[in-house]
Amino acid sequence: MDPTWVFIGVFFILAPLLAAAPILIGHYLGPHKPNPIKNDVYECGLKTVGDAWVRFKVQYYLFALVFLIFDVELVFLYPWAVAYDMLPTFAVLEGLLFIIMLLAALIYAWKREALDWYD
Amino acid sequence: MAFLQDPTVIVEWLRQLFLGWGLSPSLASLLLYVLGALALATGPLLWVIFLIWFERKAVARIQDRLGPNRVGPYGLLQPFADVLKLLTKEDIIPAKADKFLYWLAPILSLAGVLLLWPAVPLGKGIGGNVNVAVLYLVAVGTLSTFAILLAGWSANNKYALLGAFRTVAQMISYEVPIVLALLVPVLLARSMNLQDIVAAQDVWFVVAAPLAALIFFVASIAEVGRTPFDLLEAESEIIAGFHIEYSGMKFAMFFAGEFLHAFTTGVLGAVLFFGGWRGPGAESYPILGLLYLWIKAFLLYFVIVWIRGTFPRIRIDHLLNFSWKFLTPLALVALMVTAVLDKMLAPLGAWPRALALLVANGVIWLATQRWLRGVEKRLQPPMVAQPGEYPVAHYTPPEPQAAEGD
Repeated sequence: MDPTWVFIGVFFILAPLLAAAPILIGHYLGPHKPNPIKNDVYECGLKTVGDAWVRFKVQYYLFALVFLIFDVELVFLYPWAVAYDMLPTFAVLEGLLFIIMLLAALIYAWKREALDWYD
Repeated sequence: MAFLQDPTVIVEWLRQLFLGWGLSPSLASLLLYVLGALALATGPLLWVIFLIWFERKAVARIQDRLGPNRVGPYGLLQPFADVLKLLTKEDIIPAKADKFLYWLAPILSLAGVLLLWPAVPLGKGIGGNVNVAVLYLVAVGTLSTFAILLAGWSANNKYALLGAFRTVAQMISYEVPIVLALLVPVLLARSMNLQDIVAAQDVWFVVAAPLAALIFFVASIAEVGRTPFDLLEAESEIIAGFHIEYSGMKFAMFFAGEFLHAFTTGVLGAVLFFGGWRGPGAESYPILGLLYLWIKAFLLYFVIVWIRGTFPRIRIDHLLNFSWKFLTPLALVALMVTAVLDKMLAPLGAWPRALALLVANGVIWLATQRWLRGVEKRLQPPMVAQPGEYPVAHYTPPEPQAAEGD
Protein backbone atom coordinates (compact mmCIF):
# COMPACT_ATOMS: atom_id res chain seq x y z
CA MET A 1 0.00 0.00 0.00
CA ASP A 2 1.16 3.54 -0.75
CA PRO A 3 2.56 4.92 2.53
CA THR A 4 1.17 8.40 1.76
CA TRP A 5 -2.35 7.08 1.88
CA VAL A 6 -1.66 5.18 5.10
CA PHE A 7 -0.54 8.48 6.58
CA ILE A 8 -3.72 10.18 5.35
CA GLY A 9 -5.75 7.31 6.80
CA VAL A 10 -4.09 7.85 10.18
CA PHE A 11 -4.78 11.56 9.79
CA PHE A 12 -8.46 10.89 9.06
CA ILE A 13 -8.75 9.15 12.43
CA LEU A 14 -6.64 11.62 14.40
CA ALA A 15 -8.03 14.93 13.08
CA PRO A 16 -11.61 14.39 14.34
CA LEU A 17 -10.22 13.16 17.66
CA LEU A 18 -8.12 16.31 18.02
CA ALA A 19 -11.14 18.44 17.20
CA ALA A 20 -13.35 16.48 19.59
CA ALA A 21 -10.93 16.64 22.52
CA PRO A 22 -11.41 20.34 23.43
CA ILE A 23 -15.17 19.97 23.06
CA LEU A 24 -15.22 17.04 25.47
CA ILE A 25 -12.93 18.85 27.93
CA GLY A 26 -15.18 21.91 27.77
CA HIS A 27 -18.26 19.72 28.17
CA TYR A 28 -16.97 18.28 31.45
CA LEU A 29 -15.29 21.46 32.79
CA GLY A 30 -18.29 23.73 32.38
CA PRO A 31 -21.29 23.90 34.70
CA HIS A 32 -24.41 21.85 34.01
CA LYS A 33 -27.59 23.60 35.04
CA PRO A 34 -30.08 22.92 32.27
CA ASN A 35 -33.61 24.23 32.54
CA PRO A 36 -36.46 24.23 30.02
CA ILE A 37 -36.15 27.93 29.23
CA LYS A 38 -32.39 27.77 28.70
CA ASN A 39 -32.70 24.74 26.44
CA ASP A 40 -35.45 26.31 24.39
CA VAL A 41 -34.88 27.64 20.89
CA TYR A 42 -33.09 30.99 20.89
CA GLU A 43 -34.91 33.16 18.40
CA CYS A 44 -36.42 36.47 19.47
CA GLY A 45 -37.35 36.02 23.08
CA LEU A 46 -40.89 35.13 22.11
CA LYS A 47 -42.13 31.55 22.11
CA THR A 48 -41.06 29.97 18.87
CA VAL A 49 -43.73 29.10 16.32
CA GLY A 50 -43.58 25.74 14.64
CA ASP A 51 -40.70 23.50 13.76
CA ALA A 52 -37.59 24.69 11.93
CA TRP A 53 -37.28 21.46 9.95
CA VAL A 54 -39.24 22.63 6.96
CA ARG A 55 -39.04 21.82 3.28
CA PHE A 56 -36.39 23.50 1.14
CA LYS A 57 -37.34 26.00 -1.50
CA VAL A 58 -37.16 24.38 -4.94
CA GLN A 59 -34.68 27.02 -6.11
CA TYR A 60 -31.90 25.45 -4.04
CA TYR A 61 -32.36 22.19 -5.92
CA LEU A 62 -31.91 23.98 -9.22
CA PHE A 63 -28.59 25.38 -8.10
CA ALA A 64 -27.59 22.01 -6.69
CA LEU A 65 -28.42 20.31 -10.01
CA VAL A 66 -26.41 22.77 -12.08
CA PHE A 67 -23.55 22.43 -9.61
CA LEU A 68 -23.69 18.65 -9.76
CA ILE A 69 -23.54 18.61 -13.54
CA PHE A 70 -20.60 20.99 -13.57
CA ASP A 71 -18.61 19.38 -10.80
CA VAL A 72 -18.93 15.85 -12.09
CA GLU A 73 -18.01 16.88 -15.62
CA LEU A 74 -15.10 19.03 -14.51
CA VAL A 75 -13.53 16.11 -12.69
CA PHE A 76 -13.20 14.43 -16.12
CA LEU A 77 -10.99 17.31 -17.22
CA TYR A 78 -8.32 16.62 -14.59
CA PRO A 79 -6.87 13.51 -16.28
CA TRP A 80 -6.95 15.43 -19.57
CA ALA A 81 -4.86 18.22 -17.97
CA VAL A 82 -2.42 15.80 -16.35
CA ALA A 83 -1.74 13.91 -19.60
CA TYR A 84 -1.48 17.11 -21.63
CA ASP A 85 2.07 16.50 -22.91
CA MET A 86 1.12 13.13 -24.36
CA LEU A 87 -2.03 14.33 -26.09
CA PRO A 88 -2.19 14.74 -29.86
CA THR A 89 -3.76 17.94 -31.18
CA PHE A 90 -6.98 16.06 -31.85
CA ALA A 91 -7.39 15.14 -28.15
CA VAL A 92 -6.71 18.73 -27.15
CA LEU A 93 -9.44 19.89 -29.53
CA GLU A 94 -11.75 17.27 -28.10
CA GLY A 95 -11.09 18.60 -24.61
CA LEU A 96 -11.86 22.10 -25.83
CA LEU A 97 -15.09 20.84 -27.38
CA PHE A 98 -15.98 19.39 -23.99
CA ILE A 99 -15.36 22.76 -22.29
CA ILE A 100 -17.42 24.54 -24.97
CA MET A 101 -20.26 22.10 -24.31
CA LEU A 102 -20.02 22.96 -20.62
CA LEU A 103 -20.15 26.63 -21.52
CA ALA A 104 -23.19 25.97 -23.70
CA ALA A 105 -24.88 24.18 -20.80
CA LEU A 106 -24.13 27.15 -18.58
CA ILE A 107 -25.61 29.56 -21.13
CA TYR A 108 -28.68 27.31 -21.47
CA ALA A 109 -29.22 27.30 -17.70
CA TRP A 110 -28.67 31.03 -17.71
CA LYS A 111 -31.24 31.68 -20.45
CA ARG A 112 -33.77 29.35 -18.78
CA GLU A 113 -33.32 31.56 -15.68
CA ALA A 114 -32.19 28.66 -13.52
CA LEU A 115 -29.45 30.91 -12.18
CA ASP A 116 -31.70 33.81 -11.18
CA TRP A 117 -32.65 34.24 -7.57
CA TYR A 118 -36.32 34.90 -6.84
CA ASP A 119 -37.55 35.98 -3.45
CA MET B 1 24.00 20.21 10.94
CA ALA B 2 22.56 17.34 8.95
CA PHE B 3 19.09 18.19 10.24
CA LEU B 4 18.97 21.54 8.43
CA GLN B 5 19.85 19.96 5.08
CA ASP B 6 17.66 16.92 5.43
CA PRO B 7 14.88 16.93 8.05
CA THR B 8 14.13 13.26 7.39
CA VAL B 9 17.07 12.34 9.64
CA ILE B 10 14.73 12.92 12.58
CA VAL B 11 12.35 10.34 11.16
CA GLU B 12 15.18 7.87 10.62
CA TRP B 13 16.51 8.49 14.12
CA LEU B 14 13.06 7.88 15.62
CA ARG B 15 12.62 4.75 13.51
CA GLN B 16 15.94 3.36 14.78
CA LEU B 17 14.84 4.23 18.31
CA PHE B 18 11.54 2.36 17.92
CA LEU B 19 13.27 -0.60 16.32
CA GLY B 20 15.73 -0.56 19.22
CA TRP B 21 12.76 -0.97 21.58
CA GLY B 22 12.01 -4.23 19.83
CA LEU B 23 9.00 -3.08 17.77
CA SER B 24 8.36 -4.73 14.43
CA PRO B 25 9.22 -2.53 11.40
CA SER B 26 5.59 -2.09 10.32
CA LEU B 27 4.51 -1.13 13.84
CA ALA B 28 7.41 1.34 14.01
CA SER B 29 6.23 2.95 10.74
CA LEU B 30 2.68 3.15 12.02
CA LEU B 31 3.89 4.81 15.23
CA LEU B 32 5.87 7.26 13.11
CA TYR B 33 2.77 8.06 11.06
CA VAL B 34 0.77 8.69 14.22
CA LEU B 35 3.48 10.99 15.58
CA GLY B 36 3.76 12.78 12.24
CA ALA B 37 0.00 13.24 11.99
CA LEU B 38 -0.11 14.57 15.55
CA ALA B 39 2.65 17.07 14.81
CA LEU B 40 1.06 18.15 11.53
CA ALA B 41 -2.36 18.62 13.12
CA THR B 42 -1.18 20.29 16.31
CA GLY B 43 0.97 22.86 14.53
CA PRO B 44 -1.92 24.56 12.68
CA LEU B 45 -4.14 24.32 15.77
CA LEU B 46 -1.61 26.26 17.85
CA TRP B 47 -1.04 28.68 14.99
CA VAL B 48 -4.77 29.53 15.05
CA ILE B 49 -4.30 31.06 18.49
CA PHE B 50 -1.87 33.56 17.01
CA LEU B 51 -4.10 34.11 13.95
CA ILE B 52 -7.05 35.09 16.15
CA TRP B 53 -4.92 37.69 17.90
CA PHE B 54 -3.51 38.96 14.60
CA GLU B 55 -6.88 39.24 12.91
CA ARG B 56 -8.48 41.07 15.83
CA LYS B 57 -5.54 43.47 15.95
CA ALA B 58 -5.49 44.06 12.18
CA VAL B 59 -9.24 44.57 11.84
CA ALA B 60 -9.15 46.88 14.86
CA ARG B 61 -6.45 48.99 13.20
CA ILE B 62 -8.46 49.17 9.97
CA GLN B 63 -11.46 50.35 11.98
CA ASP B 64 -9.36 52.88 13.91
CA ARG B 65 -9.50 50.96 17.19
CA LEU B 66 -6.74 49.55 19.36
CA GLY B 67 -7.88 45.93 19.52
CA PRO B 68 -6.88 43.59 22.35
CA ASN B 69 -4.14 45.28 24.43
CA ARG B 70 -4.72 44.32 28.08
CA VAL B 71 -3.69 40.69 28.52
CA GLY B 72 0.05 40.28 28.03
CA PRO B 73 2.31 42.38 25.78
CA TYR B 74 0.28 43.90 22.91
CA GLY B 75 -2.62 41.72 24.05
CA LEU B 76 -0.84 38.62 22.78
CA LEU B 77 -2.23 36.46 25.58
CA GLN B 78 -5.84 37.49 24.87
CA PRO B 79 -6.68 34.33 22.85
CA PHE B 80 -5.44 32.16 25.75
CA ALA B 81 -7.74 34.02 28.14
CA ASP B 82 -10.57 33.51 25.64
CA VAL B 83 -9.90 29.78 25.43
CA LEU B 84 -9.93 29.48 29.22
CA LYS B 85 -13.19 31.40 29.38
CA LEU B 86 -14.80 29.26 26.65
CA LEU B 87 -13.63 26.06 28.35
CA THR B 88 -15.53 26.93 31.52
CA LYS B 89 -18.75 27.94 29.77
CA GLU B 90 -21.82 25.75 30.00
CA ASP B 91 -22.27 23.42 27.06
CA ILE B 92 -25.92 24.07 26.21
CA ILE B 93 -27.64 21.49 24.05
CA PRO B 94 -31.07 22.68 22.90
CA ALA B 95 -33.87 20.31 23.84
CA LYS B 96 -35.22 20.22 20.29
CA ALA B 97 -31.88 19.67 18.57
CA ASP B 98 -30.77 16.56 16.71
CA LYS B 99 -28.17 15.53 19.30
CA PHE B 100 -25.85 13.43 17.16
CA LEU B 101 -25.56 15.92 14.30
CA TYR B 102 -25.34 18.75 16.83
CA TRP B 103 -22.18 17.15 18.27
CA LEU B 104 -20.80 16.11 14.93
CA ALA B 105 -20.94 19.50 13.22
CA PRO B 106 -18.25 21.42 15.19
CA ILE B 107 -15.91 18.41 15.10
CA LEU B 108 -16.30 18.11 11.34
CA SER B 109 -15.87 21.85 10.92
CA LEU B 110 -12.35 21.83 12.34
CA ALA B 111 -11.36 18.34 11.21
CA GLY B 112 -12.36 19.16 7.62
CA VAL B 113 -9.86 22.01 7.54
CA LEU B 114 -7.12 20.02 9.27
CA LEU B 115 -7.54 17.25 6.71
CA LEU B 116 -6.38 19.61 3.96
CA TRP B 117 -2.91 19.75 5.47
CA PRO B 118 -1.45 16.29 4.64
CA ALA B 119 -1.55 17.21 0.94
CA VAL B 120 0.40 20.46 1.32
CA PRO B 121 4.13 20.32 0.51
CA LEU B 122 5.96 22.16 3.29
CA GLY B 123 9.43 22.04 1.81
CA LYS B 124 11.66 20.05 -0.49
CA GLY B 125 11.03 16.46 0.52
CA ILE B 126 8.87 17.32 3.54
CA GLY B 127 5.13 17.50 3.76
CA GLY B 128 2.56 16.12 1.41
CA ASN B 129 3.51 14.11 -1.65
CA VAL B 130 0.04 12.88 -2.65
CA ASN B 131 -0.33 11.88 -6.29
CA VAL B 132 -3.89 13.21 -6.69
CA ALA B 133 -3.51 16.08 -4.25
CA VAL B 134 -5.65 18.60 -6.14
CA LEU B 135 -8.61 16.21 -6.36
CA TYR B 136 -8.07 15.41 -2.68
CA LEU B 137 -8.25 19.12 -1.84
CA VAL B 138 -11.48 19.53 -3.81
CA ALA B 139 -13.00 16.49 -2.13
CA VAL B 140 -11.95 17.21 1.45
CA GLY B 141 -12.44 20.96 1.17
CA THR B 142 -16.18 20.38 0.96
CA LEU B 143 -16.28 18.75 4.41
CA SER B 144 -16.39 22.05 6.28
CA THR B 145 -19.30 23.16 4.09
CA PHE B 146 -21.03 19.97 5.11
CA ALA B 147 -20.32 20.82 8.76
CA ILE B 148 -22.02 24.20 8.39
CA LEU B 149 -25.04 22.60 6.80
CA LEU B 150 -25.25 20.01 9.59
CA ALA B 151 -24.92 22.71 12.25
CA GLY B 152 -27.70 24.80 10.74
CA TRP B 153 -30.01 21.85 10.30
CA SER B 154 -29.40 20.10 13.62
CA ALA B 155 -29.97 23.13 15.86
CA ASN B 156 -33.68 23.27 14.93
CA ASN B 157 -33.58 27.05 14.91
CA LYS B 158 -34.98 29.15 12.10
CA TYR B 159 -32.08 31.55 11.94
CA ALA B 160 -29.62 28.67 11.92
CA LEU B 161 -31.61 27.01 9.15
CA LEU B 162 -31.62 30.22 7.08
CA GLY B 163 -27.85 30.37 7.50
CA ALA B 164 -27.56 26.75 6.38
CA PHE B 165 -29.79 27.36 3.34
CA ARG B 166 -27.65 30.27 2.28
CA THR B 167 -24.54 28.18 2.83
CA VAL B 168 -25.77 25.50 0.49
CA ALA B 169 -26.44 27.97 -2.30
CA GLN B 170 -23.22 29.90 -1.76
CA MET B 171 -20.77 27.06 -1.26
CA ILE B 172 -21.90 24.95 -4.17
CA SER B 173 -21.90 28.00 -6.41
CA TYR B 174 -18.33 28.93 -5.57
CA GLU B 175 -17.09 25.36 -5.73
CA VAL B 176 -17.36 25.45 -9.54
CA PRO B 177 -15.00 28.41 -10.14
CA ILE B 178 -12.54 26.91 -7.63
CA VAL B 179 -12.45 23.57 -9.45
CA LEU B 180 -12.02 25.39 -12.76
CA ALA B 181 -9.27 27.66 -11.44
CA LEU B 182 -7.45 24.67 -9.93
CA LEU B 183 -7.39 23.07 -13.37
CA VAL B 184 -5.08 25.79 -14.70
CA PRO B 185 -2.06 25.07 -12.46
CA VAL B 186 -2.66 21.34 -12.99
CA LEU B 187 -2.56 21.95 -16.75
CA LEU B 188 0.59 24.07 -16.52
CA ALA B 189 2.40 21.59 -14.28
CA ARG B 190 0.98 18.43 -15.95
CA SER B 191 0.49 16.94 -12.51
CA MET B 192 -2.01 16.86 -9.68
CA ASN B 193 0.74 16.38 -7.10
CA LEU B 194 1.27 19.66 -5.26
CA GLN B 195 4.95 18.82 -4.83
CA ASP B 196 5.25 18.61 -8.65
CA ILE B 197 3.23 21.80 -9.08
CA VAL B 198 5.68 23.61 -6.80
CA ALA B 199 8.63 22.06 -8.66
CA ALA B 200 7.19 23.23 -12.01
CA GLN B 201 7.08 26.87 -10.91
CA ASP B 202 10.37 28.14 -12.26
CA VAL B 203 8.18 31.10 -13.08
CA TRP B 204 5.43 31.54 -10.52
CA PHE B 205 2.08 30.49 -11.97
CA VAL B 206 0.60 33.82 -10.94
CA VAL B 207 2.53 35.31 -13.88
CA ALA B 208 1.21 32.75 -16.36
CA ALA B 209 -2.32 32.56 -14.94
CA PRO B 210 -3.21 35.73 -13.03
CA LEU B 211 -6.92 35.31 -13.82
CA ALA B 212 -7.02 31.78 -12.42
CA ALA B 213 -5.16 33.00 -9.32
CA LEU B 214 -7.66 35.82 -8.83
CA ILE B 215 -10.66 33.55 -9.37
CA PHE B 216 -9.24 30.97 -6.96
CA PHE B 217 -8.59 33.64 -4.35
CA VAL B 218 -12.01 35.31 -4.55
CA ALA B 219 -13.94 32.04 -4.71
CA SER B 220 -11.92 30.65 -1.80
CA ILE B 221 -12.85 33.64 0.36
CA ALA B 222 -16.48 32.86 -0.47
CA GLU B 223 -15.92 29.18 0.29
CA VAL B 224 -14.54 30.05 3.71
CA GLY B 225 -17.56 32.30 4.24
CA ARG B 226 -15.69 35.46 5.13
CA THR B 227 -16.76 39.05 4.66
CA PRO B 228 -17.86 40.17 2.05
CA PHE B 229 -19.37 36.70 1.49
CA ASP B 230 -20.38 36.04 5.12
CA LEU B 231 -24.10 35.68 4.43
CA LEU B 232 -24.20 32.42 6.36
CA GLU B 233 -23.61 34.29 9.62
CA ALA B 234 -24.78 37.78 8.77
CA GLU B 235 -25.19 39.27 12.26
CA SER B 236 -27.53 42.06 11.27
CA GLU B 237 -29.93 39.72 9.46
CA ILE B 238 -29.91 36.28 11.09
CA ILE B 239 -28.13 37.01 14.41
CA ALA B 240 -25.28 34.50 14.13
CA GLY B 241 -26.57 32.21 11.42
CA PHE B 242 -25.63 28.57 11.55
CA HIS B 243 -23.85 28.64 14.95
CA ILE B 244 -26.52 30.57 16.83
CA GLU B 245 -27.35 27.70 19.22
CA TYR B 246 -23.74 26.76 19.96
CA SER B 247 -21.95 27.77 23.14
CA GLY B 248 -18.60 27.23 24.80
CA MET B 249 -16.01 25.05 23.13
CA LYS B 250 -18.32 23.95 20.30
CA PHE B 251 -18.66 27.55 19.15
CA ALA B 252 -14.89 27.93 19.52
CA MET B 253 -14.35 25.01 17.15
CA PHE B 254 -16.38 26.74 14.42
CA PHE B 255 -14.45 29.91 15.08
CA ALA B 256 -11.06 28.18 14.98
CA GLY B 257 -12.13 26.22 11.90
CA GLU B 258 -12.99 29.41 10.03
CA PHE B 259 -9.71 31.14 10.93
CA LEU B 260 -7.65 28.10 10.04
CA HIS B 261 -9.56 27.70 6.79
CA ALA B 262 -8.75 31.28 5.85
CA PHE B 263 -5.07 30.70 6.54
CA THR B 264 -5.15 27.35 4.72
CA THR B 265 -6.57 29.22 1.72
CA GLY B 266 -3.49 31.43 1.92
CA VAL B 267 -1.25 28.35 2.06
CA LEU B 268 -2.96 26.73 -0.93
CA GLY B 269 -2.81 29.99 -2.89
CA ALA B 270 0.91 30.24 -2.12
CA VAL B 271 1.51 26.62 -3.14
CA LEU B 272 -0.51 26.76 -6.36
CA PHE B 273 0.35 30.21 -7.67
CA PHE B 274 3.21 31.75 -5.70
CA GLY B 275 5.86 29.07 -5.87
CA GLY B 276 5.11 27.34 -2.56
CA TRP B 277 8.30 26.72 -0.61
CA ARG B 278 10.57 27.91 -3.43
CA GLY B 279 13.00 30.71 -2.72
CA PRO B 280 16.74 31.36 -2.48
CA GLY B 281 18.44 28.52 -0.62
CA ALA B 282 15.26 26.48 -0.12
CA GLU B 283 16.59 23.60 -2.23
CA SER B 284 19.48 22.87 0.12
CA TYR B 285 17.82 23.91 3.39
CA PRO B 286 14.19 22.63 3.44
CA ILE B 287 13.49 24.44 6.71
CA LEU B 288 14.07 27.72 4.86
CA GLY B 289 11.44 26.56 2.34
CA LEU B 290 8.93 26.16 5.17
CA LEU B 291 9.69 29.73 6.23
CA TYR B 292 9.15 31.04 2.68
CA LEU B 293 5.86 29.18 2.40
CA TRP B 294 4.76 30.60 5.73
CA ILE B 295 5.64 34.17 4.71
CA LYS B 296 3.79 33.88 1.39
CA ALA B 297 0.76 32.26 3.03
CA PHE B 298 0.73 34.91 5.73
CA LEU B 299 0.80 37.74 3.19
CA LEU B 300 -2.16 36.18 1.37
CA TYR B 301 -3.92 35.73 4.70
CA PHE B 302 -3.30 39.40 5.45
CA VAL B 303 -5.02 40.33 2.17
CA ILE B 304 -8.03 38.23 3.24
CA VAL B 305 -8.15 40.08 6.57
CA TRP B 306 -7.75 43.36 4.74
CA ILE B 307 -10.72 42.54 2.48
CA ARG B 308 -12.72 41.57 5.55
CA GLY B 309 -12.03 44.92 7.14
CA THR B 310 -12.82 46.93 4.02
CA PHE B 311 -15.75 45.52 2.06
CA PRO B 312 -19.48 45.56 2.87
CA ARG B 313 -21.57 42.39 2.64
CA ILE B 314 -22.98 41.33 -0.74
CA ARG B 315 -26.68 40.59 -1.28
CA ILE B 316 -27.51 36.93 -1.97
CA ASP B 317 -28.70 37.33 -5.57
CA HIS B 318 -25.64 39.42 -6.38
CA LEU B 319 -23.50 36.78 -4.70
CA LEU B 320 -24.91 33.95 -6.79
CA ASN B 321 -24.82 36.02 -9.99
CA PHE B 322 -21.20 36.90 -9.34
CA SER B 323 -20.28 33.24 -9.21
CA TRP B 324 -22.45 31.79 -11.99
CA LYS B 325 -22.58 34.65 -14.45
CA PHE B 326 -19.12 36.12 -14.00
CA LEU B 327 -16.53 33.89 -12.33
CA THR B 328 -17.58 30.61 -13.97
CA PRO B 329 -17.67 31.81 -17.62
CA LEU B 330 -14.47 33.78 -17.05
CA ALA B 331 -12.74 30.72 -15.61
CA LEU B 332 -13.94 28.57 -18.53
CA VAL B 333 -12.61 31.06 -21.08
CA ALA B 334 -9.32 31.46 -19.20
CA LEU B 335 -8.95 27.68 -19.10
CA MET B 336 -9.55 27.31 -22.84
CA VAL B 337 -7.11 30.08 -23.76
CA THR B 338 -4.47 28.66 -21.41
CA ALA B 339 -4.92 25.17 -22.86
CA VAL B 340 -4.58 26.27 -26.50
CA LEU B 341 -1.67 28.65 -25.94
CA ASP B 342 0.17 26.19 -23.74
CA LYS B 343 0.00 23.53 -26.45
CA MET B 344 1.12 25.98 -29.14
CA LEU B 345 3.97 27.48 -27.13
CA ALA B 346 5.27 24.20 -25.70
CA PRO B 347 8.67 24.42 -27.46
CA LEU B 348 9.39 27.85 -25.95
CA GLY B 349 11.21 28.35 -22.67
CA ALA B 350 9.52 28.97 -19.32
CA TRP B 351 9.68 32.77 -19.35
CA PRO B 352 8.45 33.49 -22.92
CA ARG B 353 5.61 31.05 -22.37
CA ALA B 354 4.62 32.66 -19.09
CA LEU B 355 4.77 36.15 -20.59
CA ALA B 356 2.66 35.11 -23.61
CA LEU B 357 0.08 33.63 -21.25
CA LEU B 358 0.19 36.82 -19.18
CA VAL B 359 -0.56 38.89 -22.29
CA ALA B 360 -3.41 36.51 -23.19
CA ASN B 361 -4.84 36.87 -19.69
CA GLY B 362 -4.64 40.63 -20.03
CA VAL B 363 -6.55 40.48 -23.32
CA ILE B 364 -9.26 38.32 -21.71
CA TRP B 365 -9.50 40.80 -18.87
CA LEU B 366 -9.88 43.79 -21.20
CA ALA B 367 -12.53 41.95 -23.23
CA THR B 368 -14.38 41.11 -20.01
CA GLN B 369 -14.35 44.73 -18.98
CA ARG B 370 -15.78 45.83 -22.32
CA TRP B 371 -18.49 43.19 -22.04
CA LEU B 372 -19.31 44.29 -18.49
CA ARG B 373 -19.59 47.89 -19.60
CA GLY B 374 -22.05 46.80 -22.30
CA VAL B 375 -24.12 44.88 -19.72
CA GLU B 376 -24.09 47.88 -17.42
CA LYS B 377 -25.41 50.12 -20.21
CA ARG B 378 -28.21 47.66 -21.00
CA LEU B 379 -29.26 47.30 -17.37
CA GLN B 380 -29.30 50.98 -16.54
CA PRO B 381 -31.34 53.58 -18.38
CA PRO B 382 -29.24 56.46 -19.67
CA MET B 383 -28.70 59.02 -16.98
CA VAL B 384 -29.29 61.99 -19.26
CA ALA B 385 -31.94 64.48 -18.27
CA GLN B 386 -34.62 64.97 -20.86
CA PRO B 387 -36.38 68.31 -21.04
CA GLY B 388 -38.94 68.43 -18.25
CA GLU B 389 -37.61 65.22 -16.69
CA TYR B 390 -35.41 64.56 -13.71
CA PRO B 391 -32.42 62.27 -14.22
CA VAL B 392 -32.92 60.37 -10.95
CA ALA B 393 -35.41 57.55 -11.37
CA HIS B 394 -37.21 57.59 -8.01
CA TYR B 395 -37.01 61.28 -7.33
CA THR B 396 -40.28 63.16 -7.18
CA PRO B 397 -39.86 66.90 -7.23
CA PRO B 398 -41.29 68.75 -4.24
CA GLU B 399 -44.46 70.74 -4.68
CA PRO B 400 -43.58 74.31 -5.49
CA GLN B 401 -44.26 76.25 -2.33
CA ALA B 402 -45.50 79.78 -2.26
CA ALA B 403 -42.84 82.13 -1.08
CA GLU B 404 -43.42 83.60 2.34
CA GLY B 405 -45.14 86.90 2.49
CA ASP B 406 -47.14 86.46 -0.70
